[in-house]
Amino acid sequence: MTRNKKRAISVTFMIVTLLFSACAAPTPQVVEKEVVVEKPVIETVVVEKEKVVEKVVTPTPIPPAPLPDVIKIGCYEPMTGAMAAGGQMTWDGVKLANKLKPEVLGRPVELVLVDNKSDKTEAATAMARLIEAEKVVGVVGSYGSSLSMAGGEVAEKAHVPVVGCSPTNPLVTKGKRFYVRACFIDPFQGAVMAKYAVEELGAKTAAIIQDVAQDYSVGLSAFFRDTFIELTGDPKSIVAFTSYQTGDTDFTAQLTYAIGKNPDVIFSSGYYGEAAMLCKQARELGYEGALLGGDAWDAPELIEIGGAAVEGVAFSTHYHPKGAITPASAKFVEAFKAEYGREPDAFAALGFDAYMLLLDAIERAGSVDGDAIADALYATEKFEGVTGWITLDENGDAVKSAVIKTVKNGKFEFLTTIEPF
Amino acid sequence: MRKQIPRILTIISILVFFLFLWWAEANLDPYLRRILNLIAINIIWAVTFNLIFGYTGQFSLGHAGFIAIGAYVTALLTLSPAQKEQSYFLSPCIWPLSNIQWPFLPSLILGALLAGVFGILIGIPSLQLHGDYMALVTLGFAEVIRVINMNLQSITNGSLGLKGIPEYTNLFWSWGCAIFTIFIVWMLGNSSYGRAFKAIREDEIAAETTGISVFRHKLMAFVIAAMFTGLGGGLFANLISTIDPNLFSFLLSYQVLTVVVLGGVGSITGNILASTIYVSLFELLRPIDQPMTFGSLTIPGRPGMRMVLFSIIFLVVILFYRRGLMGSNEFSWQWLFSKLRPIFKRRRMEQGE
Amino acid sequence: MDFNMFLQHLANGISLGGLYALIAIGYTMVYGILRLINFAHGDIFMMSAYMAFYGISLFALPWYMSFVLTIPLAAILGMAVERVAYRPLREAPRISTLISAIGVSLLLENVGIVVFGGRPKAFPRPPLFAQEWNFKGVRILSLTFFIIAISCVLLVGVFYLVYRTKTGRAMRAVAWDFEVARLMGINVNQVISLTFAIGSILAAAGSIMWGMKFPQLLPLMGVIPGLKCFIAAVVGGIGSIPGAMLGGFLLGVGEIMIVAFFPELAGFKYAFAYLALILILLLKPTGLLGKVVEEKA
Repeated sequence: MTRNKKRAISVTFMIVTLLFSACAAPTPQVVEKEVVVEKPVIETVVVEKEKVVEKVVTPTPIPPAPLPDVIKIGCYEPMTGAMAAGGQMTWDGVKLANKLKPEVLGRPVELVLVDNKSDKTEAATAMARLIEAEKVVGVVGSYGSSLSMAGGEVAEKAHVPVVGCSPTNPLVTKGKRFYVRACFIDPFQGAVMAKYAVEELGAKTAAIIQDVAQDYSVGLSAFFRDTFIELTGDPKSIVAFTSYQTGDTDFTAQLTYAIGKNPDVIFSSGYYGEAAMLCKQARELGYEGALLGGDAWDAPELIEIGGAAVEGVAFSTHYHPKGAITPASAKFVEAFKAEYGREPDAFAALGFDAYMLLLDAIERAGSVDGDAIADALYATEKFEGVTGWITLDENGDAVKSAVIKTVKNGKFEFLTTIEPF
Repeated sequence: MRKQIPRILTIISILVFFLFLWWAEANLDPYLRRILNLIAINIIWAVTFNLIFGYTGQFSLGHAGFIAIGAYVTALLTLSPAQKEQSYFLSPCIWPLSNIQWPFLPSLILGALLAGVFGILIGIPSLQLHGDYMALVTLGFAEVIRVINMNLQSITNGSLGLKGIPEYTNLFWSWGCAIFTIFIVWMLGNSSYGRAFKAIREDEIAAETTGISVFRHKLMAFVIAAMFTGLGGGLFANLISTIDPNLFSFLLSYQVLTVVVLGGVGSITGNILASTIYVSLFELLRPIDQPMTFGSLTIPGRPGMRMVLFSIIFLVVILFYRRGLMGSNEFSWQWLFSKLRPIFKRRRMEQGE
Repeated sequence: MDFNMFLQHLANGISLGGLYALIAIGYTMVYGILRLINFAHGDIFMMSAYMAFYGISLFALPWYMSFVLTIPLAAILGMAVERVAYRPLREAPRISTLISAIGVSLLLENVGIVVFGGRPKAFPRPPLFAQEWNFKGVRILSLTFFIIAISCVLLVGVFYLVYRTKTGRAMRAVAWDFEVARLMGINVNQVISLTFAIGSILAAAGSIMWGMKFPQLLPLMGVIPGLKCFIAAVVGGIGSIPGAMLGGFLLGVGEIMIVAFFPELAGFKYAFAYLALILILLLKPTGLLGKVVEEKA
């Protein structure tokens, strides 16, 4: 055969290979599933590729699947990377919860931690590893909404329930059946800070400096802006809206611009490291007004790095020992101090609650079946968490109050609690 | 007949491989399938980087930019309008993107083509420079793409990223495209174009004097590589199903560089081997990040040890085994036979006695 | 924007530019001698900052002693990196050295992550540098003056070294032609080690100033400054020390001014540095103050 003919055959073969692979691509399927529901209610859940039509079956007792000897609970958090502080704080809380409640349904609980390195691809792989290799029954995590969203896709497909400790972006639970969270969401948080600014501080104008590289920050800023404009009734009340990127160190340009517009408050929705330096530079530039932030400011580094500049700042967060409102809170503070020798922070408290909530759902479901646990989670009402009474709404978000903290004399201090409105 | 044996063997082994893929797709758990898919995608990226660097001698660190373009274009085209509406909750997606939903193959092709267009745009200025400068300019371009991506809220959804990308990538797609890419690059390398590339790599001025239009050839290699890199990016997006601009930073370019250096710059076989080893090791070495106990000895695991190990391996390879695993050699059936022949000869001699 | 605000922006820009200039000089020195983009320069920068930090926090040294001690330690680190990762590759094609530099950079960063942990550390700012001065509405930290002063001192020192001493002459000879310098009896290895030492000292000085200005220490803190300062060095003219200084100031002031005039584009801030780089490399590749070097066949 001539060279050209051979080449033609090879090319044809390759094209055939490609076409073959195209034929093998999955087409959207319609799957009918039989689901036993406790109440005869017809639910139609539309998911991306599959259309799941659930048929109603009158409840007939089905013998529960045998429980495994050890019930494994996974935890995926950023233990390294940009969000490591939050992940490590959360993990402390989860560990303590496991220590205090190491058993469920009569079986010991094994806690498995996987580090997602503050990276989205890693988050998905971490979740896959937990589900496939470790065969966990449920997962707790992650700090950082973008990480939670990445891992959530994997869990949703595998029908493994996840309880988020602190991710606040609405998209984490929206449209998902297997992701709930123990904390409030950003639309509420943004509104809380706007409310605080307008009603407590009497602000009429505000400047917003967001971290354009973090979806959490971008979302929170938008919610703050919307509520602020609504409360002041003035569409021009946001006098400056500018941004920086994670990893930036110099905010003087943005601050000079913002301060030049004379805002009553400056709201910066990024993470604690940049926030601390931003506050420092704001004070150095002579700004004396209020500096406000969200729950991503809640880390000891804010005070370490910010020093005197962060005195008097205010930010919304999930928990403070003084704002504790359930009997469980006091016991938690005791146990935490005994174990770690310091007062608990918001993320440890949320990690604790997430774990307890998951175990409580497993107990109510009476089995380790993913669907059953998910149902039990959504049915959660007035669960006694250490961060408050947790009731989950139809999206799986917790309807809870927010705590506003400030910094006084180099320490975090409780300022006030804002109820859901 | 003898001349055709290698070709037949190659075709047979590819068929056998596809049978394996067919079995794997049905039987392996998602974790393993994901790793296999990642290996295939890394192979695509490594082979295309090899085309630019190994064959043509141009050191470009802009891979992440082309990956980003392919990924975003494919993702935007395959995402359903409902998902887009949900994800773009801060500023709505612009028309016509908000209404489009294409099937996988056309989206991939368009992603690859657009990456190729950007390859032309970026290549024309960058390829006029040499060595270090080219590395920097291509790095700069990749970063510019990333920053623009992050700020175009209504097109790419900025840092909010895209989620819910339909997971069309399965083992057939990823490995099919990988084999296709390998085939194209290999054919290119063995053609007159390939000889021109290698001439350019060795000595540009001499190549120019022999009548090769150096710039055009460099651009050709660059653009073809860019297209296939974009293809890999599209497969990547539909594998991990959520993407955001920060995924495609220069660290990703460094990762591709690591793989190619480990395998041997200039060797496709090396790229394949190194991709497989890199991705597998990455997962296998996860335990290092956690404390390990060997009997009574506990090695405290600190998160991040894995990457330290990789960096050390990388440095050791570049310092002592600069040629990497395969140098610039390729696997060939003749080589395999020459290794096996002594074994058969010995057996025949034993039987003869 | 009124004049006062413009002055404030300018002050901010000069403050930032001085810092960039300091680090860019280190880059340009190494490049001038070795024609090597030392990707690891930013990570030596990072390591020096951590060394200064641990000197104060772990060994309880007074700040001036810790700062002074960091300088020779950084020099040793720089020389070690050269010895281990660059010298063996001197006969190899230039690309290998570049790849090796990337490898060293990755290694230092990952070691930093493991040893220092991912959480940021707070760099101390001694009161001497923390004075806030107010010139008719334009606020400047005393730190800014120190930065500019130290940059100038170091610049003069480096200039003197390179152009007025025998060692400097040896360095220039090695930069001009490696082999011939060796034939002339110059101990090339020593000269190169010295160059790296000086470059690292400059990086260390820069990092201490940086840490005082931006008190957050992270293992990856050296990446962006490293890249930006290299861009500054290229824009000013790689291989030219005054060029590096010019480039540093231009970049610093430019970054601030662009955000000042177009605050909505603040998210694109990074892109401008890269765009400047691309423009310069296309229009005047030797940089603003650089010399044209013929391509050796």
